[in-house]
Amino acid sequence: MSPVPRIPGGERASGWDRPADLEKDPALIPDLASTNVPDELRRQVEDLMSRYPDRHSAAIPALHAAQELHGWCSPEAIEQVAAVMQVTPAYLDSVASFYDMLENHPVGKHSVYVCTNISCSLRGADALLEAVVAAAGDDAEFNVRAFECLGACDIAPMASVDGVYVGPLELSDVPQLLEDTRSGRPVLPAKQLATKLVADPNANSQQFPQHAIEEGSR
Amino acid sequence: MSEMLLFKDIDQPGLNTLSVYEARGGYASLRKALAMTPADVLAELEASGLRGRGGAGFQMGKKVSFLPKGAMDKYLVCNADESEPGTFKDRELMQKNPHVLIEGIVIASYAAGAERSFIYIRGEYVHQADIIDAALAEAREAGFVGERILGSEHTLSLHVHRGAGAYICGEETGLLDSLEGKRGNPRLKPPFPANQGLYQGPTLINNVETLSTVPSIIEMGGGEYAELGVQTSTGTKLVSVSGHVQRPGNYEIELGIPSRELIYDLAGGPLPGHEIKCWFPGGSSSPVLTPADLDVPYDFDSMAKAGSMLGSGAIIVVDDSTPIVDLALKVAKFYRHESCGKCTPCREGTNWTVKMLERIDNGEATPMDLDIMASVQDHIIGNCLCVLGDAMAMPIGSLIAKFREEFEAHIEAARARGELALAGANGGGPHPGVSYESAQALGEELR
Repeated sequence: MSPVPRIPGGERASGWDRPADLEKDPALIPDLASTNVPDELRRQVEDLMSRYPDRHSAAIPALHAAQELHGWCSPEAIEQVAAVMQVTPAYLDSVASFYDMLENHPVGKHSVYVCTNISCSLRGADALLEAVVAAAGDDAEFNVRAFECLGACDIAPMASVDGVYVGPLELSDVPQLLEDTRSGRPVLPAKQLATKLVADPNANSQQFPQHAIEEGSR
Repeated sequence: MSEMLLFKDIDQPGLNTLSVYEARGGYASLRKALAMTPADVLAELEASGLRGRGGAGFQMGKKVSFLPKGAMDKYLVCNADESEPGTFKDRELMQKNPHVLIEGIVIASYAAGAERSFIYIRGEYVHQADIIDAALAEAREAGFVGERILGSEHTLSLHVHRGAGAYICGEETGLLDSLEGKRGNPRLKPPFPANQGLYQGPTLINNVETLSTVPSIIEMGGGEYAELGVQTSTGTKLVSVSGHVQRPGNYEIELGIPSRELIYDLAGGPLPGHEIKCWFPGGSSSPVLTPADLDVPYDFDSMAKAGSMLGSGAIIVVDDSTPIVDLALKVAKFYRHESCGKCTPCREGTNWTVKMLERIDNGEATPMDLDIMASVQDHIIGNCLCVLGDAMAMPIGSLIAKFREEFEAHIEAARARGELALAGANGGGPHPGVSYESAQALGEELR
């Protein structure tokens, strides 16, 4: 193992555990004029910045927008956002590395978050995750991850497929789930959360049975 | 059947649109509130006794009154970062009735004198955020949000801010840092957000359910609202029931009903052939209760008296098929993953608790380790900037206290498996040369 890089004084240089060129000076705020930023991304980020009294507040949604475009928070994506927001890439990197949904490495374009927190694991989420991982294999299209509570314990065990919540999932649903995702069809339409009525039998003074289910709450 | 305020006709098709919401009498409370003075609106909120529905249970009216008076940039932030394991009530509300939340925010901002507001919604709730965005566009168009609302002096800009997946951002000061575009690290308190919050301005932070209740309070009057529920826990509450129950889901109850009624009558009780082993009354952060506590009334003070808390109103039922060590490990791993790392007791405490629980499961622990683990929990509580560490320490501490025998049996069983494997690997006699890893692997096989 190579020795940990030290800064003068003997302390570990920050970021020593990640590949970085320590010879280089930290990147400065990129010049917007000389950075190649796609027009749509620039428009999105500028619109986001206008919503807040302080432009820094747009960091998370702006990184989201860049991730949509680039697939992950790549150095290029971060540089483009930094140029529009007029902040350093290091600042955006610090934000991107904190949040679970901002990817620091290239990932598959379809995200499948399987909730493995308490309520879901009580209902078999760990086996479900194994099944999804096994079925997705090394298909580079998928980004299968165990995720902390996604806030849908009523349909446990569940998964969020590109942001669409489906559950309760049986192991036998897994092939269909991946197939639907691959082909761009709605994922397991009958199991989507959006179509579910509230569980409370005392809710709803009138009955809205079939047509409510059909229209969902969209 | 209890009073339905939030779930009354929640599944009505199109309730998320302005036309249906208005046809049902929506935004009438806003008109009523704007005809009153902000002080009178605040008085109604205080009279209602409404306690925050996010977890801490602080009186909402009091929280509003803490904001300094006078002309300055004040903010109202709606905490829609619902991430407490077991909680999914805000999701249901936002998805099906976004306008009641918007109406509540406008009324609360009027009472607080805030002119800028944000809904901080967790990034995972894509569908719900889209629905709120659409509802907000309609509300702006109709003049319920924006400049000089309905011809009054009140102006409010309201935006949805989507997070990106971090439990800590549900903590109010972590949320503020995240909203300012930073890593979601909690801040030292005081100063409290009511004095110095978002962009250093006075900030009111309330949960989705709390704000969604505001229109009902204005409609019926604070005094009448306070008659619902019990004296120190007024009103109705959404409760998310999940885990080993037959009908998991959200239920609206009047506070103070017996917990048994909620778990058995509404949620259908445990799965056939099983008994309840323990249950979390307020999300995974609350100390666990046992079947002996099932008759405790479900309200803030009764839960506190029983040694737990109402928290976010999320009941997780665990039945006898689940080993307690597995449950504890699941809880501890979650908090280890979500600790932001700012305070040492939480960062190290969550990490070492997971390691100790894994040792127990691997047969490396002795019963003495239980005491060490319990003392680690004691050293976390109250020693950090926020309560994330406490949120692990409380349930783990209660699990050790209430299921000590099972922990000890688990330790013994795991050790016995390890020794058996050791003996088997060496033709009957222990051998000092056998590595622990190989004994473990054999232990797994024997299991």
